[in-house]
Amino acid sequence: MFKVYKKYIPHLILCFVLLFVQAFADLAMPEYMAQMMEQVVGGAGTAEILKIGGIMLGYAALVTVCSVLVGYIASVVGSGTSKKLREMMFAKVSDFSASEFDKFQVSSLITRSTNDVTQVQMFTIMFVRIVMYAPILAVGGIIKAIANSEGMGVLVWVIVAAVGVIICSLGVLMLIVQPKFTRLQKIIDKLNSVARESLSGKEVVRAFGTQQFEENRFDEVNTDLKKTQLFVNRVMGMFMPIVMVVMNGVSIAVIWIASYQATNIAMVTSMMAFIQYAVQIIMAFMMVTMVFVLMPRAVVSIKRINEVLKAKISIVDRENAVEAGDLKGELVFENVTFRYGDSEDAVLKDISFTSSPGQTTAIIGATGSGKSTLIKLIPRLYDVSEGSVKLDGRDVREYTVDSLRDNVSFVPQKNVLLKGTIESNIKYNDIDGNSEDMTAAAEIAQATEFIETKENKYESEIAQGGGNVSGGQKQRLAIARALYKKAPVYVFDDSFSALDFKTDAALRAALKEKLSDKNIIIVAQRVGSIMNADQILVLDEGRLVGKGTHSELMKNCSVYNEIAHSQLSKEELQNA
Amino acid sequence: MPNMPMHGQRAMPGAKPVNFKRTLGQLIRYMRASIAPIIISFLLAIAAVVLTINIPKITGNATDTLITGLIQKQVYAGVEKSLENGMTMESLAGGIAAQSGKNVQDVTLQDLMDFANQDSANFAENVPQKYRDAVLNMRLYKAPGMDIDAVIRLLLAATILIAVSGVLSYGQSFLLAGVAQKISYRLRRDIDLKINKLPFKYFDNVKSGEVLSYLTNDVDNISTSLNQSLAQLVTAITTIIGVMIMMFSISWILTLIALVIMPLSFLLVMTVVKLSQKHFVNQQKKLGEANAHIEEMYGAHQVIQLYNGQQNSKADFDKLNTDLAQAAKKSQFLSGLMQPCMQLIGNIGYVVTCVVGGVLVANGGLGVGNIQSFIQYMRQFNQPVAQFGNIMNTLQLTVASAERVFGFLNAEDEKETGEGEPENCRGVVEFENVRFGYSEDKIIINDFSSKIEAGSKVAIVGPTGAGKTTMVKLLMRFYDLNGGAIYLDGKNVAEYSRDGMRKEFGMVLQDTWLYSASIRENIRYGKLDATDEEVVRAAKIACADHFIRTLEGGYDFVINEDADNISQGQKQLLTIARAVLADPKVLILDEATSSVDTRTELLIQKAMAHLMEGRTSFIIAHRLSTIKDADKILVMRDGDIVEQGNHEELMQIEDGFYKKLYNAQFA
Repeated sequence: MFKVYKKYIPHLILCFVLLFVQAFADLAMPEYMAQMMEQVVGGAGTAEILKIGGIMLGYAALVTVCSVLVGYIASVVGSGTSKKLREMMFAKVSDFSASEFDKFQVSSLITRSTNDVTQVQMFTIMFVRIVMYAPILAVGGIIKAIANSEGMGVLVWVIVAAVGVIICSLGVLMLIVQPKFTRLQKIIDKLNSVARESLSGKEVVRAFGTQQFEENRFDEVNTDLKKTQLFVNRVMGMFMPIVMVVMNGVSIAVIWIASYQATNIAMVTSMMAFIQYAVQIIMAFMMVTMVFVLMPRAVVSIKRINEVLKAKISIVDRENAVEAGDLKGELVFENVTFRYGDSEDAVLKDISFTSSPGQTTAIIGATGSGKSTLIKLIPRLYDVSEGSVKLDGRDVREYTVDSLRDNVSFVPQKNVLLKGTIESNIKYNDIDGNSEDMTAAAEIAQATEFIETKENKYESEIAQGGGNVSGGQKQRLAIARALYKKAPVYVFDDSFSALDFKTDAALRAALKEKLSDKNIIIVAQRVGSIMNADQILVLDEGRLVGKGTHSELMKNCSVYNEIAHSQLSKEELQNA
Repeated sequence: MPNMPMHGQRAMPGAKPVNFKRTLGQLIRYMRASIAPIIISFLLAIAAVVLTINIPKITGNATDTLITGLIQKQVYAGVEKSLENGMTMESLAGGIAAQSGKNVQDVTLQDLMDFANQDSANFAENVPQKYRDAVLNMRLYKAPGMDIDAVIRLLLAATILIAVSGVLSYGQSFLLAGVAQKISYRLRRDIDLKINKLPFKYFDNVKSGEVLSYLTNDVDNISTSLNQSLAQLVTAITTIIGVMIMMFSISWILTLIALVIMPLSFLLVMTVVKLSQKHFVNQQKKLGEANAHIEEMYGAHQVIQLYNGQQNSKADFDKLNTDLAQAAKKSQFLSGLMQPCMQLIGNIGYVVTCVVGGVLVANGGLGVGNIQSFIQYMRQFNQPVAQFGNIMNTLQLTVASAERVFGFLNAEDEKETGEGEPENCRGVVEFENVRFGYSEDKIIINDFSSKIEAGSKVAIVGPTGAGKTTMVKLLMRFYDLNGGAIYLDGKNVAEYSRDGMRKEFGMVLQDTWLYSASIRENIRYGKLDATDEEVVRAAKIACADHFIRTLEGGYDFVINEDADNISQGQKQLLTIARAVLADPKVLILDEATSSVDTRTELLIQKAMAHLMEGRTSFIIAHRLSTIKDADKILVMRDGDIVEQGNHEELMQIEDGFYKKLYNAQFA
């Protein structure tokens, strides 16, 4: 991640120089003030006063010029690095395979690419403007302070004491509050979750008349939150009064010491400058402390970003991968075993079958039996752990990933539409393709009916995630999108679940007619909908426990029997 | 972090409140109960400021006392040096005393100058006016000492003031923290109470996430603002007035200069805020767009990969990202201008004070210590002015937050139309000319009448999206009818209190709801005073006992927040057990569809059969066997009930919707 900053090293060096000049100019002023006052007391005239004033004004201008320039550079570095970071994150995540998504979780990847990057950006700007400046200011201030306490060496110790008191009291306060802070976060989470529960369960709450119970549950957390927050606020509330007392205490102490040690006017005016330096030094230390308080958050963000950037992508083109071209679609699973990540238990165990163009292969089994996992091996959403998946006689891992996926049209279980129009969604595979193909695909997917009733037909807007169409419509559009893509292999992962019986049946009939020469793989839940498949695979806990037609399986596969009987009545099974 | 000075804090543009006055009024009403501590804390804040404001003046005076002493010393040394050989200051004083008839101890420099020739002995010529009197009144017979006692008296006073002021300002923050927490506690409580009082219709338009955001973010804004901004505002106003008085007491000329600089800096602050805010809003917009793209593409990663859409998606993102970086650069630069601008104004004020002050020391009656004080006052004066923009912005944000919260709290509660609860309920349900729509202008159930005998089974069927759950909502009185009535044992349910009638209606939905607590507590939810034995009995009837005992801790197994440490089917069994415990006369069931494994599915069927015994049941049915067994089938389409009757009757209807549905599946 730090290579993002490499490009900006000259910027940062320039910043450092500018900040140095700024601090120098900033710190020069109190000294001139002291000089002016000394001369005034010594009876200097207006001309001399104006001359020194002019020099001070020049320094003031220099301070402003420097700090504006630093601000500009900070914004260039801040926005530039975060742009690059966002770009790197997005590109990296775009290339992630399903395993990496499983590992990181989508929601976490989103926060890492958005919030965490913003955090780093804020910190970068803060770094340039404060982290680099405060030490320069502090060191410069101390040098000046020492120079202005000639003959009054004790004065420097006042600053040391003041900084010490402030840092110590902040430390003590943080120490007292820190455990409560952690608790506070937990209580807030708890409050959120209780409220979320009573919101999502509002039907149940009212059905059982348990409003009072819910309210008590909430009140408990609410009271806890009130008490903890009060404690934290009251403890941290001490900080500002302490700082105020210390700041004022410094000038009192300095004058007190000077009243014993000052032997001439110049020492008193130097003392006045000294008070101003003391304030600047203390401020610088407070800035640094603030950074230390804020830094852990940025460090966490940087760590989280780095994890993503350094993640190894599991599915990539092999070194001598070949372009698949147009395949015929002969699919063979050979002793396939698969396990997720490093887990010991295999999700799929030793699975072999063949599926040819012109055939419909259905896969059935209980939840968790490995159906979805099995088909995800075809377009290499995952790679097999042992054995191989072959398409047209060649292991799918020997093709380039892109060209392999061009040959498999796949409808995932979760139907995701993208922001745009119905057209841009169906034509996702090839936005410039012709419209007849699009309407034909919509027709097979039984989507024409509702598309035509929409005001703008195919130009109708689709909101992000397809939020403005119903579940059934979303599913049909996802199917149309897959059908628009021409491929020898079509895979449907439980893709008809949101459709009613009627639409489901019509869609199947249309598929059978239009995709008669394709290799079709269907994962299903309802026996009733796959009874007519050419080949049914029955999975149970990752093993292939049955392979054949409906009537064959009814005879010789007990798992299939069990599923069929739980779903259909006797007469329905006989009718089939 | 509470009460910490935040650097890089930026003026956040919040949604502007629509009705500032009304919302503020309501917020103030909320604070009324805490009015005493609020007023006291304001008084404390004012007192603290009044005390601290004296410090620079006092320390300035101390400095001047030091300078006076040193000048005296200097002049005294000058006089001593000018003496002829053999003469001492004491003998000089003695000489003057002898001639003027004064006591030796009382002879001053003034006396020497009156006595001596003007041209040879104007020792105080260059001494600024402020110190001249003290120098002229200096006694000559003995070298002057520093008036340490006076300095220490001043410093002691300052020390006491600052200590007391520190205590007072902590007292203020202590009290306000209490007020802020009390009010945010009450706001959260009222929001929570409101959730259970609002009609369900309200939630058609307001998402849960919004309510949660009222509860956390908005209440937090209000609390922070009460805790900090309010005190800051009082402190700032007091400081400005107090500092102005102190400055006038030092020098009206310098004060006028400061007053010219103040509106200048105020103007500058406002300009920068305005400029940067426009760009900040733009930046937030671009950030929102880029983040939305990230969110969408990550969420759709599978589709993107399957269709090789990565290149397009990256290209789209690059465009958004470049726009964002442009906007961010401008916004950050402009908002970062604030600090140099304030610094410039501060420095100009500093230099001008030094120069004019210097001239006034030389030619007017001002002391160097006065300038030291004035420089500090200038700084104190500029600070609240710079803060104003921030405080105002925060307050505006707060009122906007308060407006959202009060918008929620002011929404109309669900109306109670009756009272009491049914007694000895049998479970006869009758629909009479029921008319219903989620909104008045979109009636979906036009005119539905049907009588369901006690203990019978009613299947509700229809394609997805036909509105089967609407029936649940009407029976549970989650929504009110637009016309007609539903009767329970011959009495309109609207004549009972909602809670009362709901005691006789139970529901087991597919969308199960459990809360993060033990399994025992979750089952007990059906009847909060049930004994442990009753819970176990209910679990047995619901066929849940067996799986519960296999879990670690059994009935004490804690369901986690997302309720994903037990399976969907098991969750359903628990909700059945909960309904068993509640023992309602009328049941509404949602039959499981797909996400349950075969064995659990059989258990659920069995449990549901147990539960339905002796109760009137409405079943949202997916299984044909259930439908065929039902005493009555209600067929729904596009929200309305289009056919009713049993299986055989419905199959008789030529071109009937039910018949089509049935044939579609098994033809």
